[in-house]
Amino acid sequence: MKMNDMAAAGPAVAAGGRQIGEVVLDLQNISLRFGGVKALTDISFDVREHEIRSIIGPNGAGKSSMLNVINGVYHPQEGRILFRGEERRRMEPHMAATQGIARTFQNIALFKGMSVLDNIMTGRNLKMKCNLLQMALYWGAVQKEEIAHREKVEEIIDFLEIQSVRRTPVGQLPYGLQKRVELGRALAAEPTMLLLDEPMAGMNVEEKQDMCRFILDVNDQFGTTIVLIEHDMGVVMDISDRVVVLDYGKKIGDGAPDEVRNNEDVIRAYLGTSH
Amino acid sequence: MLYRENGQFKTSYTADQQIFPILQDRVAIGALLAIAFVIVPVFGSEYIFRAILIPFLILALAALGLNILVGYCGQISLGTGAFMAVGAYGAYNFLVRIDGMPLIGAMLLGGLCATVIGVLFGIPSLRIKGLYLAVATLAAQFFTDWAFLRIGWFTNNSSSGSVSVAGLNVFGLPIESPVAKYLFCLSVVCVFALMAKNLTRSAIGRQWMAIRDMDVAAAVIGIRPMYAKLTAFAVSSFIVGVAGVLWAFVHLGAWEPAAFSIDRSFQLLFMVIIGGLGSIMGAFFGAAFLIVLPILLDQVPHWFGIPLSTATTSHLVHMIFGALIVFFLIVEPHGLAKLWSIGKQKLRLWPFPH
Repeated sequence: MKMNDMAAAGPAVAAGGRQIGEVVLDLQNISLRFGGVKALTDISFDVREHEIRSIIGPNGAGKSSMLNVINGVYHPQEGRILFRGEERRRMEPHMAATQGIARTFQNIALFKGMSVLDNIMTGRNLKMKCNLLQMALYWGAVQKEEIAHREKVEEIIDFLEIQSVRRTPVGQLPYGLQKRVELGRALAAEPTMLLLDEPMAGMNVEEKQDMCRFILDVNDQFGTTIVLIEHDMGVVMDISDRVVVLDYGKKIGDGAPDEVRNNEDVIRAYLGTSH
Repeated sequence: MLYRENGQFKTSYTADQQIFPILQDRVAIGALLAIAFVIVPVFGSEYIFRAILIPFLILALAALGLNILVGYCGQISLGTGAFMAVGAYGAYNFLVRIDGMPLIGAMLLGGLCATVIGVLFGIPSLRIKGLYLAVATLAAQFFTDWAFLRIGWFTNNSSSGSVSVAGLNVFGLPIESPVAKYLFCLSVVCVFALMAKNLTRSAIGRQWMAIRDMDVAAAVIGIRPMYAKLTAFAVSSFIVGVAGVLWAFVHLGAWEPAAFSIDRSFQLLFMVIIGGLGSIMGAFFGAAFLIVLPILLDQVPHWFGIPLSTATTSHLVHMIFGALIVFFLIVEPHGLAKLWSIGKQKLRLWPFPH
């Protein structure tokens, strides 16, 4: 297919001047089944360092399943996943986290009983090294560690402009802010790859603009590779470097936004055909 | 002095992350500790120590341990009585079998026995949740009931099935008089409450709460569910085990397995729910509610000189107490600790409307 040739081409420079690097994540012939239901069939695509890679498709196309495969929540029956050149076998979600993959969820998955601050602090748990006994005494090393991480967390709170709600239990926050806190929790882990599952669903135009700005800033300032699922085509076409299109668990398009927009299979999947 | 935090600016994260960031709270807790450690021992009567304060402190400690598991980590357990029993019998065996074993050493070793059993019975939590887990932990209850009744070795082959300890002392100080027992329990409870608070406000506490609130998201940000759940079981049953040692050694003196029956497990679970899930303070509120309130209700008719027979009073106490539980759960399903924090929020503005 023409699109695949395009995807295999050498490094390119994105619009903002970011250097798109080597392939960091290579998915080869992934198939995922739940009993008789085929969620994903023979899907291959790759993600390059520092790029914004979108996955689009109609409802039920398998986009979220794809993210769940990438960070180890689901285990595909067939196919290979290469992350930074290494093949991954049977991995658990926390292993994906140690490799620097963070994500947000389609339906907000925050820790409702905890404050904004604690939620984002939890995102840093992999970097905390003190043991249980030290924590029980809360002396010296633990206190230093808590404060060092608190400083990092406050940077994220500043970045996301949520200073005023840092002590509020997240359950009490409006939807748009909760989405922002969830992004903050993912960022707290200082990931090299960030998986965003519909970060703008259910938002109004201003909130979408804010969220787009945060995503572009994360990509630009921290060089984080971003894999994005989004339904707002305007947003996807504007901010993505490359787009993958899924339909009924199959890949029907892959390439730069303009190419995908003009791909006949994609148009058919979204608009239907005349018979 | 009004309960105000205006002007108490925090200029460092250390100051912001202390347990009681508000000055008035620090003063209040200091005063409370001073009263508990100095004034109560001077003025308290033997009845107050034996019937109210010592059981209150020990069961508050057990509820605190259970709250770490149920309130912070979200794993329901009906085996609390069993873990108390394991602590008590474990410590008893260390005390009678090893010469010169100090009380504190036996107490901590008893706690460790409870930890081992707690982790063992916590393993099902890796697969099952909620009510199913509650039923699985119930197995611990029946198993220990049976083991301590039937396996003679645990009770040092006591013919009556009842065991007892005597001549307790800590660093040469005898723990015999009610005041000494009270002070010993109070010290242990304070130390464990502080350590529990420290755990819940550091990384492990956040891991527990993350597992409680949303386990898939917790795994995705790098929390290992197995580690988080089993540490919660370990810490919880250690504290519960120590409470069991205190209950058996200090409060009862001589006991049999019935002291740690399923009733005890339920009583502690109710304390945690009524006091407030996920709150250290809640354990104390819950224990106070379930222990002190019935005793107070029992006394009320006497104060007003109402001539009621003992039997009638005890029936009335049961009815009123049941009604109060229902009332408080309807008013605030999140427990007395939540009511307390709402009250504090209101107090910040009082007497102004906003």
